[in-house]
Amino acid sequence: MKIEGQTRKLLRIHRDDNVLIIVAPVRPGDREAIEGFEIVFTQNIAVGHKVAARDIKAGEKVYKCGLPIGSAKENIPSGAHMHLHNLKSDYIATYTLDKDHVFVK
Amino acid sequence: MSSSNDSVSNNPVALQGFLRADGRKGIRNCIVVAYLVECAHHVAREIVDSFKGQPVHLIGFGGCYPNAYADRMMNQLCTHPNVGGALLLSLGCESFNRHRLAEEIAKTGRPVSTVVIQQTGGTRKSIEAGKAWVEHALKQIAEVPRAPLSVSELVVGTICGGSDATSGISANPAVGRAFDMLVKQGAATIFEETGEMIGLEDVMSARAVTPELGRELKHSVEKAAYYYKQMGHASFAPGNAEGGLTTIEEKSIGAYCKSGDSPISGLIKPGDVPPKGGLYLLDVVPDGEPRFGFPNINDNAEIAELIACGSHVILFTTGRGSVVGSAISPVIKICANPETYDRMRDDMDINAGKILRLEASVDEVGEEIYRKVIDVASGAQSCSESLGHQEFVLTYKTFEPIGPACLPA
Repeated sequence: MKIEGQTRKLLRIHRDDNVLIIVAPVRPGDREAIEGFEIVFTQNIAVGHKVAARDIKAGEKVYKCGLPIGSAKENIPSGAHMHLHNLKSDYIATYTLDKDHVFVK
Repeated sequence: MSSSNDSVSNNPVALQGFLRADGRKGIRNCIVVAYLVECAHHVAREIVDSFKGQPVHLIGFGGCYPNAYADRMMNQLCTHPNVGGALLLSLGCESFNRHRLAEEIAKTGRPVSTVVIQQTGGTRKSIEAGKAWVEHALKQIAEVPRAPLSVSELVVGTICGGSDATSGISANPAVGRAFDMLVKQGAATIFEETGEMIGLEDVMSARAVTPELGRELKHSVEKAAYYYKQMGHASFAPGNAEGGLTTIEEKSIGAYCKSGDSPISGLIKPGDVPPKGGLYLLDVVPDGEPRFGFPNINDNAEIAELIACGSHVILFTTGRGSVVGSAISPVIKICANPETYDRMRDDMDINAGKILRLEASVDEVGEEIYRKVIDVASGAQSCSESLGHQEFVLTYKTFEPIGPACLPA
């Protein structure tokens, strides 16, 4: 899998992807220019998480490494953090622990 | 060991294997002490503990009720090419067929003995009897002949554990590169966890060497999807989400890219040894309706299955930071996350996190992994080996044998 282009904090893995990968910790107010637009981060985002590479419409398929990883639950603006709150599996619900250590969907 | 260029070029690397009477060749020469029911576990562990620092490994099956899968796993593990001999520990009243297992091991020319605790006179006497036999067996296996071993005779398995979103973008693609190099040299490579290929059925089927095998590959993933749905959970732990992975499909891509770009030569099930070089998918999800719970209760359950398929070495990628090793075959740890590597470097053989820091390419780390496989096959200890990790677990499962389309000629 060829890594096609990279800035200091964001990694694009595949040209078909509509997400970018965070490769260095991001803090509110950080700015990254990539692919002709600038992302201004509004929250802390950890390494390995992903942000929208462009505006994504509700219901649209989300691609990483050129392969579908699920669908957008809502309209997602470019640069927004993408995770359980706005991205869902097309196969099986993701269970995880909430802050009270209870399994949630 | 050889320079970086030698090991990756077409010059075959000269390795020395342990030649078994059945013709298979190992890269390690250990005695396994195998308990045949949990009731014999303590006695087996006491025996193994008294040989600290020597190649005596503890394996076993805890169940008291019979299971064909566990029988086959134990048989394949006790006759693995890295194993020189086996001591079986029986309580005496469990239903595991200790006679058949001992016969099968003896047929391969390996020394084998069974200590039955109820007949031997309890814990203390059984520990003493077992220790005496292992001492004797260690001397016997020291005489096992060495023979040249080529890379094409190696079987290498891969697994990921404690994944985060860095796994799929650094360590796993790098293992894929190493797998491509190994396959090119004629080695057999095995990737697994069909439950982590959900959403990628069609992409994977297209890589099969025959359309019939492609259908079998697709079917194995559909079976996994159904099974996990019945369980109510995907193969997805809370730590995965904390690390940035959102869906099972996203995790799947990470698992899937460990397979590299080679054509897929076959589909095997636990205990099936690849008949020749190439890339194989190990189907670890039980056949039929869910009966005994989760397909694999933890990473070591899968590692044991890869080893039962003949794996000499396991490539274990981790983002969050797993520390496990295994009985029988060395585990090489490839760390995907540079921060995890900095924190846990004693446990990590390879720092694939440098890909994310732009200090190395995926190809370069792939070559580093390949060279590490050769080093470990030459006798160098992996980190988990040198730290004494020898985890092992085996539980109940049900499998039908593979069909004829699974291993095209």
